[in-house]
Amino acid sequence: MTAKANLDIQAIPEEGTTSSHLPSGRWPHHDMLDLDNCRRPDIEVVLTLADRMREILDRRIPRVPALRGYTIVNLFYEPSTRTRVSFELAGKVLGADVISVSTNTSSVVKGESLIDTVRTLRAMRSDAVVMRHPMAGAPYLAAQHTDASIINAGDGAHAHPTQALLDLYTMHRSIGDIAGKKIVMVGDIAHSRVARSDLWGLTTMGAHVVVCGPPTLLALGMRVSDRPSHAENALPPVTIETNIDQAIEDADVVMALRLQSERQEGGLLPSLHEYATHYQVTAERLARAKPDHLLMHPGPKNEGIEIAADVAGGSHSIIEDQVTNGVAVRMALLYLLSGRIEPEEVTELST
Amino acid sequence: MSTVAIHNGRVIDPALSRDGIADVVIVDGRVARVGPNEGEMVVEADRIDATGLIVTPGFVDLQVHLREPGAEHQETIASGTKAAARGGFTTICAMPGTDPPIDSRAAVESVLREAEASAAIRVLPLGCISANRAGELLAPAGELAGAGVVALTDDGQAVADPNLMRHAMQYSTRFGLPIAQHPEDPALVAGGQMHEGWVATRLGLRGRPASGEATMVARDIALAELTGAHLHVCDVSTAGSVALIRAARERGVHITASATPHHLTLTHERVAFAESSYEQIHYDSSAKVFPPLREESDITEIAKALRDGVVDAITTDHTPVSSMEKDIEFDLAIPGISGLETAFGLSMRLVERQQVDLATLIERFTIGPVRAWALDRQPGLEGLGSLTPGGVGDLLVIDPAAEWTVDPETFSSLGRNTPLAGETLTGQVIATIFDGELAYKNKSLTAL
Repeated sequence: MTAKANLDIQAIPEEGTTSSHLPSGRWPHHDMLDLDNCRRPDIEVVLTLADRMREILDRRIPRVPALRGYTIVNLFYEPSTRTRVSFELAGKVLGADVISVSTNTSSVVKGESLIDTVRTLRAMRSDAVVMRHPMAGAPYLAAQHTDASIINAGDGAHAHPTQALLDLYTMHRSIGDIAGKKIVMVGDIAHSRVARSDLWGLTTMGAHVVVCGPPTLLALGMRVSDRPSHAENALPPVTIETNIDQAIEDADVVMALRLQSERQEGGLLPSLHEYATHYQVTAERLARAKPDHLLMHPGPKNEGIEIAADVAGGSHSIIEDQVTNGVAVRMALLYLLSGRIEPEEVTELST
Repeated sequence: MSTVAIHNGRVIDPALSRDGIADVVIVDGRVARVGPNEGEMVVEADRIDATGLIVTPGFVDLQVHLREPGAEHQETIASGTKAAARGGFTTICAMPGTDPPIDSRAAVESVLREAEASAAIRVLPLGCISANRAGELLAPAGELAGAGVVALTDDGQAVADPNLMRHAMQYSTRFGLPIAQHPEDPALVAGGQMHEGWVATRLGLRGRPASGEATMVARDIALAELTGAHLHVCDVSTAGSVALIRAARERGVHITASATPHHLTLTHERVAFAESSYEQIHYDSSAKVFPPLREESDITEIAKALRDGVVDAITTDHTPVSSMEKDIEFDLAIPGISGLETAFGLSMRLVERQQVDLATLIERFTIGPVRAWALDRQPGLEGLGSLTPGGVGDLLVIDPAAEWTVDPETFSSLGRNTPLAGETLTGQVIATIFDGELAYKNKSLTAL
């Protein structure tokens, strides 16, 4: 049986086979909480499988039964359109049952605890819970109290691993291996879960990463010299640069991050205008990057603030690809986490 | 007439510079005699064999949250004092951040009444600095002093308004009450969940900068100099505050300080990592505490300050929290560590690491806090923190070599919130004698 064929057949395992630890030889993750514990081969499997998923997605009728009888609950404690729809589609293309629940933490504070909620969802035989939460670490708490797979769809300022995987996949599709490539992230690094997960993914894949932003929006301890020597590897190795022109010099990829207007209200920035003056990704600034550079943005964009409208829609921009690829990557991830993929297939994908 | 004789222990009584094998005899709740073979001279007594063990004065904790009235699901005076006795404390100061807060004579009296009825050991009440602990108007310090409070503090809520703090200090001098301050500037640490640094960055949690403590300590020192008041800095957690307190002491400011066992031994890495692995993170809300656990360079400086006496006392800042309030999202989890029952064992790590010697450690649990707040000048508390003949009959029998595993389920405290669950500690209280009576005994206690 070829790996690709396996996606088209019904593969419904017997009940009770979900285990909290996948046997060795399989993709070694039961949850997807962040990329900090993913090694290069783990990520490569996702990227290769995402190619096949992208092919399914581009079919006239994009439906396969690979996850038939598999139940995914999207548990969103924070408003989201794109990520939620992306996960819903990913599940549905693979034939899974997908239920989306939007709630807010205030009702949770008063009523049902997070632990209760995930236990209840498991008792109803949910196989995977995709979780978006405004507080860092919430999916980790959930994962400790359920044997359903927990997928972090964004937790506070901490992590957004599927966004990072789709960013990696988008770069992979456009330029292949990113090892040694210079990738620059510009913007609100301190409050960005996308940045945190991207930094793990990009550095694990061997990229040279430069983070750039105003000093009030950079996170403490990111410089290796800010950490004790024993913790050298406790954060991704990145270069920090507060001057955008220097940061962009010879970049292969430039990624602008969304700037939340509350950063100005919180006193971290004098004004959005000042931010745009010093940190907006513009055509003029991109002229310093490599001629064939790529421009990315995790969305939703504030055109005219962190990114100029003309470059966002320009020829170097692969922002829309990111969105389509998001579905493919999430399909790959759901399939891997479901445990329905054959070990031989994983082996084949990783070679 | 009741007599207790503790035989043949190594008596360490830093107040009297005593360290040697001796018997201690307590008659009717007062220390009667301390010396070699004194126990043999007593005809009829309850006898404890302390051979191979250490005998010390009962420990004194300046900072304990008992949660009664208002949050009895977290702790009661009965459960908290039982936990204290188990941890070797015979005198504890009850923080005033209850509901209602302790800001009136009636509130103080209610605590004293409940303590009289249910406490296993001595409870000294603390009063609020501000009315209703709201940080706006002064609480009636004279009324509180008259009712028996031994110091004023707004508990975990630092007094933010510098004018209010100035006036509280000025006013307190009339009644001789120390002003104890939780040393974090509320504005600088607003929304912070842990120490600001690389671990918070890794976890995506908002940080509480070390400078948030230093600025508050610096301000309060300046106000203490202005007013001549007695400032006590609770929960010293940064190298920066140690330097400020050290310098202020050297120029004669009336300032005392205390640090907790956790701030002396644990770092912010505890929140995120199991030992020596940085690959996998967790969000351990049992290590969420304010001020937060800091860095290695901080705990080193606090330990030095403890050794030098710049930090006068080890206090637990015992903060019992129910699992319902801890096993939730990290941002929502109530900060605090249930610390009474692990205080000595955890602090013994300082002795293991040769940061302080055993006698100094015991000093900081006994006469250190007593002298910091002049508690032995309170009526009936003569000799507190020492084994002075005629003084209070509070003592401990300790096995400094006993290894034990922390099991929160066995705590006497209702608060099982400890980051030490499953860890091995060395050093255990075998018996606690309060006012001449056995308030706690461990299974391994041997009677004669």
